[in-house]
Amino acid sequence: MESAEYRNSLIELIYQLADDDFILAYRGSEWLGLAPHIEEDVAFSSISQDLMGHATLYYSLLEELGEGDADKLTHARSPHDFHNAVLLELPNGQGTYLEEPNYDWAFTVVRNYFYTLAKKVRLQSIKENSYESLQQIVKKISVEMSYHLMHWETWFDQLMNSTPEAKRRMTDAINIVLKEMRGVFSYGENGEKIVRLSLIEREEVLIQRWKDILNEKVDFSLDIEMSLDGRNGKHTDHLEGALSTLSEVYQSVPSAEW
Amino acid sequence: MTTRMKVLQKLDSVKDPEIPSVSVVDLGIIYDVKVDEGNVEVEAMPTFSGCPALDIIKRDIKEAIEAIEGITSVEVKYIREPIWTTDRVTERGKVQLKDYGIAPPEERSGDEWRVPCPYCDSVYTTMDNIFGPAACRSILYCKSCKNPFEAMKPVAI
Repeated sequence: MESAEYRNSLIELIYQLADDDFILAYRGSEWLGLAPHIEEDVAFSSISQDLMGHATLYYSLLEELGEGDADKLTHARSPHDFHNAVLLELPNGQGTYLEEPNYDWAFTVVRNYFYTLAKKVRLQSIKENSYESLQQIVKKISVEMSYHLMHWETWFDQLMNSTPEAKRRMTDAINIVLKEMRGVFSYGENGEKIVRLSLIEREEVLIQRWKDILNEKVDFSLDIEMSLDGRNGKHTDHLEGALSTLSEVYQSVPSAEW
Repeated sequence: MTTRMKVLQKLDSVKDPEIPSVSVVDLGIIYDVKVDEGNVEVEAMPTFSGCPALDIIKRDIKEAIEAIEGITSVEVKYIREPIWTTDRVTERGKVQLKDYGIAPPEERSGDEWRVPCPYCDSVYTTMDNIFGPAACRSILYCKSCKNPFEAMKPVAI
């Protein structure tokens, strides 16, 4: 490892990649049994399982870099120490998975499609030039992710070309997602170092690539914004709620061996 | 028989718990076996990164080799590179998959993915769901014998 600055910047970037997949995998798992049809239930839960696997690969690298046990990183960290983009922590809709889950499928499709496309652009950049162990992980993830992208793109295209109601709901969902999409591309307050050390390319470069791909199929403007920068530990209360649910069993006996 | 041969032979008895007809060797996930007197180091390749069977397979490999006389220590680790692809499944593995009702990975010709039915060999099949009951499997349907079946999800780089 070249220097403390390099190590810290690398760790920061891996947390961002890990926490994004981790929290979206959790949101996906909340849909279990509630997806629009049985085949989608199988597909979506499989995708969520893959995403959790991707997060595991990143956390294992953080473990190697001295950040501590992966289970602790996921289950015993304070919400302020999470580096995921705010878009990925937002709830699936009204209600909870246990009570009146009036979840929003259009929002889920748009969030997953836009995020997976951004993930592809991000990972492509890391594949070109970055820390070697991270590049190896990213190559493995890319292979699995291609199926996810295909899946969400199919849903996106079909609903965008479906009934007027579908189109209206999709448009509403797109507007919600664009309001936080900028956060997915942020590297946070240490972003300048991450880029200077060639761990990944500049935010603007990646945003442009993402827009270029989307512009081939959509005719609306892709002005992206964010309310809070999750990379700096700023989150909505939704993250705390999600983390307390997913770590409930772990927290009941923190010393247990899993 | 050398220790290395004994280890390899033993690995033939270790199965993927989600596909109990195929050994880890025939699944192509054993990358390397290093033997230094009684110390064995196995390098394995994960199929899918979210596969819940990974830890079980790791434990089963370790326990199987430890049972060999003269072995003092066994280390099993998953490597990051190279990446496991479905073309690593052996010819014997493909036959065993088919016997279990899972269509083996096919050679891809262009974008087309032709998967013959494992029951009647008809190629008159449709993809119902690229995602299946396990991370490595897809769900298909045979229009000839009217059976649903599973196939190994193709993984290529």
